[in-house]
Amino acid sequence: MIEVQHIKKGFGDKIVINDVSAVMDDGKCNLIIGSSGSGKTVFMKCLVGLFRPDSGSILYDGEDFTNMDTLGRKEIRKKIGMLFQGSALFDSLTVERNVQFPLDMFTDWTLAEKKKRVNEVLDRVELKDANKKFPAEISGGMKKRVGIARAIVLNPKYLFCDEPNSGLDPQTSLVIDKLIKELTLEFNITTVINTHDMNSVMEIGDKIIYMYKGEKEWEGTNKEIIFSKSQRLNDFIFASEFLKDAKDMRMLEQTGKIDNNRNMDDLLQ
Amino acid sequence: MKFIHEFGRYILMLRDMFSKPENRKVYWKEFMHQCNDIGIGSLGIVVIISIFMGAVSTLQTAYQLVSPLIPKSSIAQIVRDTVLLEFAPTLVCIVLAGVVGSKIASELGNMRVSEQIDALEIMGINTKTYLVLPKIVAAMIVIPMLVVISAGLGIWGGRLAGQAAGILSTTDYDKGLLNSFLPYNVVFAMIKAYVFSFIISSVPAFYGYYVEGGALEIGRASTKSVVVSCILILFADYVLAAILL
Repeated sequence: MIEVQHIKKGFGDKIVINDVSAVMDDGKCNLIIGSSGSGKTVFMKCLVGLFRPDSGSILYDGEDFTNMDTLGRKEIRKKIGMLFQGSALFDSLTVERNVQFPLDMFTDWTLAEKKKRVNEVLDRVELKDANKKFPAEISGGMKKRVGIARAIVLNPKYLFCDEPNSGLDPQTSLVIDKLIKELTLEFNITTVINTHDMNSVMEIGDKIIYMYKGEKEWEGTNKEIIFSKSQRLNDFIFASEFLKDAKDMRMLEQTGKIDNNRNMDDLLQ
Repeated sequence: MKFIHEFGRYILMLRDMFSKPENRKVYWKEFMHQCNDIGIGSLGIVVIISIFMGAVSTLQTAYQLVSPLIPKSSIAQIVRDTVLLEFAPTLVCIVLAGVVGSKIASELGNMRVSEQIDALEIMGINTKTYLVLPKIVAAMIVIPMLVVISAGLGIWGGRLAGQAAGILSTTDYDKGLLNSFLPYNVVFAMIKAYVFSFIISSVPAFYGYYVEGGALEIGRASTKSVVVSCILILFADYVLAAILL
């Protein structure tokens, strides 16, 4: 479990994260959503230690990550896997070597043991016959899978995904979401996902944190989000007419009522 | 103010490079990879430059030494000392600042922009130790070797040109090479090579490592690193000559 306690982060005079507290639960997909510039990327970078918060603390299973010495932070980081927005694969290494890299660095395994583990995780992300290819030779969806395989190869306790669906078609996005969800449950990982994708919010959002201008505006589950009274959240999530209709249909199904601000006749037309 | 800030960051980067490697084998592999990239990768250009540098030195020295009182073998002496003291260490290192420096800056810049450095950091790897230190150590081992090769080839190129142009025979040239030879000149050339190789590798590493933005900024960082490296090489060249000669 990751506990965030009143963190603040600014650059110069600009405050990007202002007094945010949250708890990221084990075995769940914890989603951070918000419009561009709302501070969610900075928030995630604070969580993984790429930025140091100006105040507040971040606890990994009760251990204060923010005030740890370099060695302590290194130990925590070994339990972290991260999937980057652009996958961040090493260009000069093949898919197989990319996934093997953390094993080379942190284990004393034999080459055969490493190969076995690499093939296991590549199979798990359903990526076959790509072992010898370079990142430039594979598609965006495959890169994301390699990124996930590299992130989970050391059996992390925490998985961070920054915009896992960016640049992917809707079908591939669903596959990636499903994969992340399955891995979270299978290995009881604390997964934190930074996303704009509404499909992800509805499909895998066990816990959703909505950020607005550097502050936590709303927190809840994907079941609760359609009943949210936060106007900002509603404007963000249900931005299009299509999504507003979808929300109303879901509300109608569940409660027999629709959003008070909308006309039932419009929906039924 | 900006200069002091940048210089401070550069010193901090150098200080932070020194930490215990997570896995010695992986670091050794990276070091050997850098030795190959910097050394073998630059060998071709060093060979070409050095031979022509020596050849042109012979022709131009002969052009200026018109007095019949000066023996022909003096040409070899002048070529030898010019190549050893200046051309091999300084000229070659300025060329390498372009070849090696831009490669280091763009490689690290690309890794920064595409979040590969962040990925390594999150794995718990000290990226300065893993990415910067092997480049600097490799450069400081391989570039002095290239300077030695350059000096040898430069002198040989002068010998070839002298014979081909009918300026002086190879016997006269060889005799001139042995006249008034000061071994200290070789020591001086090697000191220069070590100082310059540190500049060539650490300055571009700094600009590449801290690049912010996208492809355009990588290009800018690469250009800036080459310009700054060249200026520092020339400055260091003057300081070393003033102190050591």
